[in-house]
Amino acid sequence: MTPLPRWVEYGLMPVLNLALAFLLAGLVVLLIGESPLEAVRHIIYGAFGYGEGIGFTLYYSTNFILTGLAVAVAFHAAQFNIGAEGQAYLGGLGAGLACLALDRHLPWWAILPFAMLGAMVFGMVWGAIPGWLQARRGAHVVITTIMFNFLAASLMGYLIVNHLKVPGNASVQSRTFEPGARLPKLEETMRLLGLDIGGAPLNITFPIALLACLAVWILIWRSKLGYEIRVFGANPTAARYAGIRGVRITVTVMAISGALAGLMAVNPVMGEQNRIFLDIPGGAGFVGIAVALMGRAHPLGIVLAALLFGVLYQGGAELAFEMPSITRDMVVLIQGLAILFAGAMEQLFRPALLQLFAPRGPGRAG
Amino acid sequence: MLRKLMAALAAALIGGAAAAAEIKPAVVYDLGGKFDKSFNEAAWMGAERFKADTGIDYRDFEIQNDAQREQALRRFAQQGYNPIIAIGFSQAAAVEKVAAEFPEVNFGIVDMVVDLPNVRSILFREHEGSFLVGVMAAMASKTGKVGFVGGMDIPLIRRFACGYLGGVRYVNPKAEVFQQMTGDTGAAWNDPAKGAEIARSQIDRGADVIYHAAGGTGVGVLQAAAEAGVLGIGVDSNQNGLHPGHVLTSMLKRVDQAVYKAFEDAMKGQFTAGIYVLGLKEDGVGYAMDENNAPLVTPEMKAAVEAAADKIRSGEIVVHDYMSDMSCPY
Repeated sequence: MTPLPRWVEYGLMPVLNLALAFLLAGLVVLLIGESPLEAVRHIIYGAFGYGEGIGFTLYYSTNFILTGLAVAVAFHAAQFNIGAEGQAYLGGLGAGLACLALDRHLPWWAILPFAMLGAMVFGMVWGAIPGWLQARRGAHVVITTIMFNFLAASLMGYLIVNHLKVPGNASVQSRTFEPGARLPKLEETMRLLGLDIGGAPLNITFPIALLACLAVWILIWRSKLGYEIRVFGANPTAARYAGIRGVRITVTVMAISGALAGLMAVNPVMGEQNRIFLDIPGGAGFVGIAVALMGRAHPLGIVLAALLFGVLYQGGAELAFEMPSITRDMVVLIQGLAILFAGAMEQLFRPALLQLFAPRGPGRAG
Repeated sequence: MLRKLMAALAAALIGGAAAAAEIKPAVVYDLGGKFDKSFNEAAWMGAERFKADTGIDYRDFEIQNDAQREQALRRFAQQGYNPIIAIGFSQAAAVEKVAAEFPEVNFGIVDMVVDLPNVRSILFREHEGSFLVGVMAAMASKTGKVGFVGGMDIPLIRRFACGYLGGVRYVNPKAEVFQQMTGDTGAAWNDPAKGAEIARSQIDRGADVIYHAAGGTGVGVLQAAAEAGVLGIGVDSNQNGLHPGHVLTSMLKRVDQAVYKAFEDAMKGQFTAGIYVLGLKEDGVGYAMDENNAPLVTPEMKAAVEAAADKIRSGEIVVHDYMSDMSCPY
């Protein structure tokens, strides 16, 4: 593929995609008889206008950063991990079990390492199995990871309903963790910035997610394993010729991917709901795919894309709240358009941009 | 003395009138959404009816994920909405937290108990209504085999199933009852294709009356029953009209009534907290009769159901509540 200048590749193209998505979303808002500008105002205000909004935006972003990283890591080895949702769900089990086992004995900071470990190990297993099936049995990882999402949902439903649920209580969830086992919110930190996050569940998983970004960057661009992953992703045949074992890379990369997705569950389980509940990831695994594509599988891009989707989630809630004629489904439509253009059809403008910006080397006639 | 009384009465009236002018009710639906053809929709209908009757507008919100429950409740409370009714058992934790933060605001929750001085907890005796439709199913069945299709496999739905089983066995102790749940996750509430599949398999085994408690999934159950020429039984709202002549009756769960009543009480300044258990006696549950199912229900069936209803109201029949001990003795 002919390279575009970096600022076009990483700056202009995503912006154009987003602009088109918002233009279409704006048209839909117009069609139902509301002002798109008003809608945008509500989204921006809801996401950034007050402390609690910012807290929610960053809370959602935390989820999307981790699932985005998960998808991105697999992406570097040319594996398309659609299963971050299921891996995160299982991760929630790992984190939750650690909390349920320890919350009556230890404070949160002592439980957190176990919860993270539990989340990562459970997610890792759920990612590594499709990886192994791909590498050893040729079962395509896209298909198996999708199937593993369903398996995760069924398994968790079974476990929660039959084993974790509080007897005599209608709610399908485990018991609530003791207050001491709940992750502290970033209230104080945000107050230093002059913000009152109110009831927003922003917690210390956010800095952990940022650290995970750094770790992924080191892994992919500064380690031997990362180099092998990238070589394998670029050309598996050449990688094998260079002595890189494809099976090992595929399984490892899917395990890492699953672990990152699993880690995401610490945020809702230990930081927000404080229990094991149904549908822990809440779609974050799928948003992670769009985030990884939009962020070009680079940690920095992923943080930005995750922020954008955090804005869409929190701003969307504000929008549905403030403009009753814009329903929940409209908000999903707007989010969907952003995913469609920024994620699935990210190459839409490439031919046109190539015409405009590609350096005309001597190899290209005319 | 009389003057004092008059003054107090006048003050109460003025106070009541002022409160009536000020009330800003709000509803927060569960994940199923406002138009789930089931009980969120029933809540919406109650709120709409209140609006039509009184001209008092209300606000509502459909949550998209679990984190938004608290957020929505808190936003409504901050903006001065009162009373705020949360629909669905999943809202309990959020109501508990937000209601404690706003002790001046009245909250309501359906299908769950939140023990706070400003929360009205509204529960339904679904097993009683299910018992009645079970009686009717057993009498309408020619094969002696009837079916039940549940949505998500949770104790609340097993409570429907157990009451139904009790009603069927009350009429015909040897009746065979096929019980199946659609799934273990929330998706089981909205999978009409699978609902139809399960219904067809029960029909193949000989069932000729099938009761569903499966939300949107039940649309497929009723459809499959109608196509096979057997009878379905609807749930929550009156679903008799979905396939006239093929829906024997519907087990009504009057969430609309509960929402309406909560708004009305607030309007009159009479909102009270505490646990409200709405059974047959309180008209909180029941069965639906209209022109769509009139030809299906024989006078004997109607008499038998009414007799059972009277016995339940008087306490002569105690329908077992699955959730009291997580087992079904029938």
